[in-house]
Order: sequence, then structure tokens, then C-alpha cells
Amino acid sequence: MLKNFQYDPKAVSRGMSALRRLKKWGPLALLPVLAGCSEGILAAHGPVAAEERQLLFEALACMLLVVVPVILLTLTLAWWFRASNRSATYRPTWSYSGRIEFIIWIIPLLVVLFLAGLSWSGSHELDPYKAIQSNKKPLAVEVVSMDWKWLFIYPEQGIATVNELVIPTGRPVNFKLTSATVMNSFFIPGLAGQIYTMAGMQTRLSVEADDAGAYRGMSAQFSGDGFSDMRFNAIAMNDGQFDAWVEHVRSNAIGSLNNDVFDLLARTHNVQSKVYYSQVEGNVFEHALSMHRAHPAGSAMPGMAMSNLREKVGP
Amino acid sequence: MFGKLTLHDIPFDQPIIMGTCLVLIIAIAGIVAYLTVARKWAWLWKEWLTTVDHKRVGIMYCLLAAVMLLRGFSDAIMMRSQLALASHDHPGFLPPEHYDQVFSAHGTIMIFFMAMPFVVGLMNFVVPLQIGARDVAFPVMNAVSFWLTAAGALLINLSLGIGEFARTGWLAYPPLSELAYSPGVGVDYYLWALQISGVGTLLSGINLVTTILKKRAPGMRMMTMPVFTWTALASNILIIASFPVLTATLGMLILDRYLGGHFFTNDGGGNPMMFINLIWTWGHPEVYILVLPPFGVFSEVMATFSGKPLFGYRSMVVATMVITLMAFTTWVHHFFTMGSGADVNAFFGITTMLIAIPTGVKVFNWLFTMYGGRLVYSSPVLWTIGFMVTFTIGGMTGVLMAVPPVDFALHNSLFLIAHFHNVVIGAVVFGCFAGFTYWFPKAFGFSLDERLGKSAFWCWFAGFYLAFMPLYALGLMGMTRRLNHYDNPAWTPYLLVAWSGAMLILVGIILQIAQLIISIRTRSRRRVKADPWNGRTLEWAISSPPPVYNFATLPMVDRIDPYWSAKVNGTPLMSYASEEIELPKNSSLGFLMAFFAVLGGFGMIWHAWWAAVVSLIAITALMARESWDEDDSYTVSPEPARSTR
Repeated sequence: MLKNFQYDPKAVSRGMSALRRLKKWGPLALLPVLAGCSEGILAAHGPVAAEERQLLFEALACMLLVVVPVILLTLTLAWWFRASNRSATYRPTWSYSGRIEFIIWIIPLLVVLFLAGLSWSGSHELDPYKAIQSNKKPLAVEVVSMDWKWLFIYPEQGIATVNELVIPTGRPVNFKLTSATVMNSFFIPGLAGQIYTMAGMQTRLSVEADDAGAYRGMSAQFSGDGFSDMRFNAIAMNDGQFDAWVEHVRSNAIGSLNNDVFDLLARTHNVQSKVYYSQVEGNVFEHALSMHRAHPAGSAMPGMAMSNLREKVGP
Repeated sequence: MFGKLTLHDIPFDQPIIMGTCLVLIIAIAGIVAYLTVARKWAWLWKEWLTTVDHKRVGIMYCLLAAVMLLRGFSDAIMMRSQLALASHDHPGFLPPEHYDQVFSAHGTIMIFFMAMPFVVGLMNFVVPLQIGARDVAFPVMNAVSFWLTAAGALLINLSLGIGEFARTGWLAYPPLSELAYSPGVGVDYYLWALQISGVGTLLSGINLVTTILKKRAPGMRMMTMPVFTWTALASNILIIASFPVLTATLGMLILDRYLGGHFFTNDGGGNPMMFINLIWTWGHPEVYILVLPPFGVFSEVMATFSGKPLFGYRSMVVATMVITLMAFTTWVHHFFTMGSGADVNAFFGITTMLIAIPTGVKVFNWLFTMYGGRLVYSSPVLWTIGFMVTFTIGGMTGVLMAVPPVDFALHNSLFLIAHFHNVVIGAVVFGCFAGFTYWFPKAFGFSLDERLGKSAFWCWFAGFYLAFMPLYALGLMGMTRRLNHYDNPAWTPYLLVAWSGAMLILVGIILQIAQLIISIRTRSRRRVKADPWNGRTLEWAISSPPPVYNFATLPMVDRIDPYWSAKVNGTPLMSYASEEIELPKNSSLGFLMAFFAVLGGFGMIWHAWWAAVVSLIAITALMARESWDEDDSYTVSPEPARSTR
């Protein structure tokens, strides 16, 4: 699928230099298998992915501080206290030491305290619903997962695409997401972590791409027989190219998107390649949301998923 | 007569399935022929099928687990082979509709019908022996528990040749598992197999908790119970608390599918996310149900083979019970990506990390048990050390994913798959094998071949790393789970390495089978006495295999490791003189209930309602008959108690 699009060699080289920087990290030295990894969550091409990666490395470094000594101690003690080693002291009744007990409770406690702080601040800073700070106005994109394809609606541009997502670089993108079918998970590993798409409910995700390039996008949540092909290209390009692409979509469209076209698309359970729509008539995303919404907007029913509640009462 | 079932539901066009079915039919025919020719049917019925002896029930649980391990592992080989072949969007040899069944069956079978029976089997066999009891509290119910578990396992395996299995993953998330998206019988097979075996598991939990609380030997206080018994208590408390949630959740899905309910549908006011919350309210405690008893096994093995008491018994008990409580506080970490918001995610991320504290304490306790010991490198010890190294790594990757933003990037990826196999294989499976090799001589009175046992360990150990370390890398490279084919050639080398790891594990399994066969054939020169390992707890005080009544006279316990003290101090262990012992009679209740449970489940799956009605009536009648049967016990006079040393 990606062969349709040329990789930006600059982006690749930036990725490689990012990797080189990473190599300074002690933890990574333990994972030489990853050296050949030019995409995925370690090759971050946007601030969200980069911060998530940073958090991963901080947590990993903290854990390794305990885990490596424990493994070494396990092997050392097991070797030294082998039955055949007569120079090791045998203490057949030794089974308690208040000092050691204290230390073995306190070490994991300290590690967890540190990680808990990291977790608390990280969760708030990297809340997918939180807007990314930028002096540029965010681009709005509405996403609907279908069996087994992705519909992207650009309300400001008035266009829509299937299985091709194009975003400008250096400008935040605010996704609003839902599903016209079973649950899926919207995931572009190179740009940001994933978020579920659920029928009748709306989730949000803020993303920004620093580097131009084509990134793999996919559904990460199993959704049936066509799931493995439920991929899309997420292409980041500069503002000028983005505007040109919008024109390209308009002139290569198969028609316009309205509720009827949407319903037909949602009902057709298939895997398909990219499609362009030159116009979006009416609020198709709201239509997608209401398709599976059993209750009128605003009436929260008891036991509703937290995501849904938050969407209705949140700021 | 057969409801929806017609000949078209037999997948005659699928050579892989038909071949497997043929082999299975030949194998079953072979066993039936052997039993008939050797005139063993009566023996089988009397000694095994109707037994209520906790030791035999435990052994049957482990046998079921071993057979299901082979089934689940075959699925694993198929998945690894498919992905090794399906590079460049090559279709491989398993089309999605078949592949999706394979990974769903793999997960369901490995958790519910391999890991659960293995753990429950070990607890069944060992707990009464460790606490100096003559059987579990409710022996007939114990047999019923086993047979219902076996009924569920049979149903799930029937789906191989009759109809299809679920294509929804092992937890059957709605709305995918609802009628609108999964109209076939696959999800129904899943639901009824789990409902039937779930009842068995719940009964088993009630039984073992009662046994531990009420049937301990005179003088044994809670704080002098062996650590394995403590972990069994914790695990069974979790079963009692969480399995009703599973039953209710699956029950609601059944109502959706059978009676047009809208608990979890997309439409009609349903909320699929409620299912996901509820199923993990069961699902996370389930992790600890599986892993705590193996922790107990490692504690026993470490103490026994180091020749010294477990370090920090009190800490170990506290850590176990803290884990038990906290097991119910972390379920949301399975779906941080639902969009619950930063406060909720951070809260559940932190509760998840808090569990790492008592778990870390346990690891340190095992470490310091070795300190000052004389460690004998038997195969149970190899499994234990293999566990300590592997589990530490698995625990680390688990804590990484407990940081919500990190989970956004790693959720649903092969990193996650690598993580939970790292802990489930590294702790549960290694623990079950440690327990199996440790207590086998006690159960059968002869030892296992150590050389083959150790070779099997090294194959499993190395095979695990080969199979799952590449998956960590693939997850970081952005490869997600449950893919049938992929277009990124960079992933292929890693998948080939993972395949070779699975092959190495296969060699390990073959070695284990060889170990069992060779040990059985040469058993006459492998006879062991009561205490082959220089053990510390009560089970080693009685003969191997133990007599049907376990203890001719009940032991008097006043400390931890009573048998060790008795050996060291030369003090007597047994409390009072021989007496007449009352034992439960055999009962066909479990076997017959399982027969009707399979019939009824099959009827529900295929909408052959008469079968369900007949089964319900039959099961009720069987239970009534058992309830009014007053001639349910007999007495034996044990042989004079031998010296305990």
C-alpha cells in the first residue's frame, strides 16, 4: 500500500539521526535487535509520539535499575549456594532478617512512587483529548471506522477520503472519531498512540507531525475478517503541498459524500483502496454518531462508558 | 432433531481440519479398542471416572491440562507458521475466517482449559495433603467440578469438526461477538463452553476455600499453613469473588444473542463498553488466580531444595493477600485507550504499579531463600530459576505498559502479546511444570527421568526467548496483534525467529512426553519412598503414592514446616492412634452431569431445544438423587501407622 507514495528521504535521515541520539541511551544498548527499526513507535515523527517514547525510556531505565541487579543476584546466589560448593555457608534455619525485610519492601515502593509520579504527570500531559500547544490553528479531521476501511472527513475543506489521510506538518490536527461498525482502534505508530473508535460514541485525539513523510496507519483492534487489510496511509506534507492535495482530491473525486453515500459505504463490508469525495453535504459525522445512538444527545444513561459521559459533560 | 445443524456445517472442504479430525478419531478409536481388548472399562469407571478422591481428581485435571496444552500449542504453531509465510501480503495457508478461529481458540483453550485445570489440579492434589486432611470438604462436588470443566473442554473441541469456533478473540468483545456481526455458532460454542466450565471452577473454588478454612490438621493455625496452601486460598477466594462476574457477563451476552437483548449491542441502548469493563473485572483477578498458586509452588521448591525455610514467610503471606485484594483495582488498564480521561487512566495506572510492590517483595523473598542454602539443581529448581529471570523481565514490561501514555503506543501490539506470554509462560506454565515435576513422585510413587526433564526445561526456556523477544521488537516496530498477513517485509525476519522459537518449544514438549513415557516404562526401578526430596511439609510424611485416606492418623502441627522439624528433632508428628476412617463412596454424579451438560450445551448451540430441556431435567434429577442418597460413605481401618521418619 505504501508503495503508492514516495518516502521523503529527509524524513528518513531525520529518523535515523533520532535513532542515533537514542543509541546514547543505556537501556537501548540492551536491545540491539531494534537497531534496524526505522519505523514504529521508536521512530517518532511528532511531538506526541516523541513524548510517549521518552516516557517509555524513562520508565524502562527506572525499571532496569532494579531488574538487572535482581537477575544478576538471582544467578549469582543460585550459583554460589549450589549444594556442591562447600565454601558457601549453610544456614539451615535462617529465614528472617528485619533489616532485609525492610529493604525489600522499600525498594519496590520507591520505584513505584517514582513511576506513579511519572504516570500521573504523563497521563495528564499526554491526554489524547488535550490540545497541542501551537501558534497555528489546528486542522479538524473526523474519522469513521467501517468494515474494513477508514473514512476521513475534512469539515473545513469540505472534502472526504477513504483510506488516505493527509495532514500538514507542524500544525496540530484534532481528530474526532467514531465507528460505523464494531470497535476499532485508530493508530499511527509514527505519530501518536492509539484511541478506540466506538459506535455511537465519540473519542478525540490530538496529533502533530514534525516531519513530512508517509506513515503506516491501521486499526489496532481486531474487528473481523478484513481486519488485517484495514490500513491507511497517513501522509504529512507542508502547507503548500497540503493545499495542492486538497485540490487534487477535489479534481479526482468520484462524487460527493452525503448521508446516503455514507450509509452505502458503511453497509458494504469490504476492503478497498483509496477513494476521494469532492464535497461533504450536511454533517455526515453527526449522522455517523447518531446511527448507533439509542438515546437523544445529552441524556446520559446510567452505566454509560466513561468516554461517552465525558464527551457530553466535559469542557 | 438437530436444530440448525446440517451436514453443511461439517467443514469437509478444509483439509487441515479434516486431517486433524481424522487423526483424533483414529486416536479415540485406538483408546476405545485398547480399553475393550484389555478389558479395562470396569477399571476405568471404578478407579477414575467415578472417583471422588481429591488426588485422582487432581491428576485428571492435570491430564486434561496436558491434552489441552497440545491442542492450544498446535494452534500456536499454526499462527506462527502463518505469519512466517504471510509477508508481502501473501495469503499464507490460513484464510482469515480460519485464522481468526485459530487465535480465538488458542487463547480460550490455553487460559480456560490448560492453565486453569493445571493450577486447579495441583491445588486439588496438594492442598489436602499439605494441611493434613483426608480429602477436600466436598469430595463429590469436587468430581462434579472436574467433569464440568472437562465438558467445557469437550464442547470447545467439538467446534473443530462440527460448525466453527468464535472468530472474535479469546474474550469475545461485543459488538463483534453480537449476532449482528457474528451470526454463526462460533460465539455460542465459546459462551456455552465457558459457562459450563465456569460453574465447575466456581464450585472448585468454594470447595478449596472451605477445605483450607475447615479441614486443617489439629494445631495448624493460619500462620503455620504452608505457603502453597496460602496461595491456593488466595486464588480460590479470587475465584469465588470473580467467576460469578464472568458468568453474569457471558449470561448477558447469551441473552443478547438468544433473546434479542440489548445489553452490549451497538443499537437499542446497548453499551459494548460495559462488557469490556465487566469482563476485565473478572479478567484481571483471573491473572492472579492463575499466577498465585505457581508462586506458592516456587516458594515450596525454593525452600525444599535450598534445605532451609522460606525467607520472610510473614512477608510472603502479606504480599499474597495484598495482591489478592488489589487484583480487583486494576481492570481499566486493559483499555486505557477507551478515552477515559487522564485522571481515570492515571489512577488505574498507579494501582497497577502498586501491585508490583508485593510482587517484587516475593521475588526478593525467593532470592534470600537461596541465600545460605544448599541448592540442589533438580528440574523443579531449574523451572524456578528460569521463572525468576523470565518473570522479572515480564514484570518490567508490564509496569511499562501500566504508564497510560506508553500503553497508548503499545496496546494491542505484539509488545503486549510478548508481555503476557512472558508472565503467563514464565510464571504460570513454568510454575505448573515445577509443581508437576516436584509432586509427581508423591502422586505416583516413582520419579521422573531427570535428564529428559532438564533437557525439556532448556528447550522451553530458550524457545520462549526465541519466540517472544522478537515480538517485543515487532511491537515497538508497530506490528499489531491478530494480523493474518502484512505488507512490511522488515517484520519477516523477526517472525521467522519467533517461528523457530515455537519449534524449540515443540522439542521441549516432545521431550516431556518422552520423559513421561520412559519414566512410566522404567517405573519399577524408579520407586521412591515417602520423602524423595527431603521435604518440609506434611505431604512428604506419608507414603508415595499416598493411601486413599492420606493420613492414617491425623498429624499434630504446631509450627511451619512440621515434617522438617519432626525429622530434625526426632519428635513424633502424628497426634493420636489409628481409628476407623470414614471415606466417601464413588459417585457417578460428575460424569453423568458432564454428559448432560455437553448434550445441553450442544443443544443450545445448535438450537436443538429438546436436548437442552432434557439435559436440564436430567441434571436436576441427578442432583436430587445424590442429595437424598444417604448411603454415600464407607469406613476403612488403616494399616498400623508406620514410623513417620
